[in-house]
Amino acid sequence: MRVIVVGSGKIVYFLARQFVGRRYRVTVITADDGEARFLSRRLKATVLHGDGSDPRLLEAAGARRAEAVLALTAKDQDNLAVCQIARRLFKVPRTIGLVNDPQNEEIFRKLGVTIPFSATQILAGIIEERAGFEEISSLIPVAEGKVTVSEVALRHDAPVLGRTLQELEFPDGALLGGIIREGMVIIPKGNTPLLEGDRLILVSQPGCYERVLELLSGEENP
Amino acid sequence: METIETVWPDYTVVVGCGRVGSLLADLLSRAGGSVVVIDREEAAFELLSPEFSGFRIVGDAVEMEVLRAAKVEKADCLLAVTKDDNVNLMAAQVAREIFQIPKVLVRIVDPQRERLYREFGLETISPTRLTANAFLAALRKPGKG
Repeated sequence: MRVIVVGSGKIVYFLARQFVGRRYRVTVITADDGEARFLSRRLKATVLHGDGSDPRLLEAAGARRAEAVLALTAKDQDNLAVCQIARRLFKVPRTIGLVNDPQNEEIFRKLGVTIPFSATQILAGIIEERAGFEEISSLIPVAEGKVTVSEVALRHDAPVLGRTLQELEFPDGALLGGIIREGMVIIPKGNTPLLEGDRLILVSQPGCYERVLELLSGEENP
Repeated sequence: METIETVWPDYTVVVGCGRVGSLLADLLSRAGGSVVVIDREEAAFELLSPEFSGFRIVGDAVEMEVLRAAKVEKADCLLAVTKDDNVNLMAAQVAREIFQIPKVLVRIVDPQRERLYREFGLETISPTRLTANAFLAALRKPGKG
């Protein structure tokens, strides 16, 4: 896979390093001269110094053969231009653009960026959903955030200990996909009791996620 | 101005208050239209003439909030004339695609990008090319034929 990353800062360095580790062919375009030199010393990747929204530079970076272009600069106008140029002039199948102003996410989508992502939105979402519930160890949005998969540990004081799934009133939009108990995965049935230390894999729609957490923890979530 | 009757836009949003933007804003305002100028730097508005009667908005035109504050949805016309091609490209597309502004004109800073803007179907003006053409026209001598 051939990937072009446009931007600067640690995120570009670590991302490019990860891609190189997966044996992708990586080209980084960065606007800062010093950073370009640093990256080219540290990465097994092609590093170009300049404006990633310059069609000539994108072409030199191999945009015609690239499968994905990632635009990760601090300026929305630059990320949009990089993605649009990659798509329109070089037919890059996937363009991924960092949206700095969350209100621009919809605009990016309308103007043809394949995957706009807003760090602000993602972080705000995590804070909102995790607030006051430390037992959740991972929360993965799936299908553009319409569904989340999360892992919830049952504490010693959880009100559901010893009860079976049949006895619990799980909301319709939520599903218990599995229980991790002593390192083993149990596929839950109606008569499976919940025990202290169980780690529950939950699949739920955002609307009923909080009700499930209340049910499992006995706490009112804001 | 010419003797033929010219109808100027009622409501124009000018993005960028540099030399080009401030001049356009002044001229359109003097012609009687409502004009809103947007620039990231407050100091940029000093280029406007004292008679300028339109609105000034300090902000980044690639932010929806700023465009909404300029009431872009009511504009007949948006002129994207900053010295940053990507700002112009984004503001122009948002004006056309999101706010459906009937007339959108974009200033091109790097003439190499003209092909790209055609690809996007945007109406462009390249000051660099206009200047070069004006020089060439001034150099032209009558031919022998």
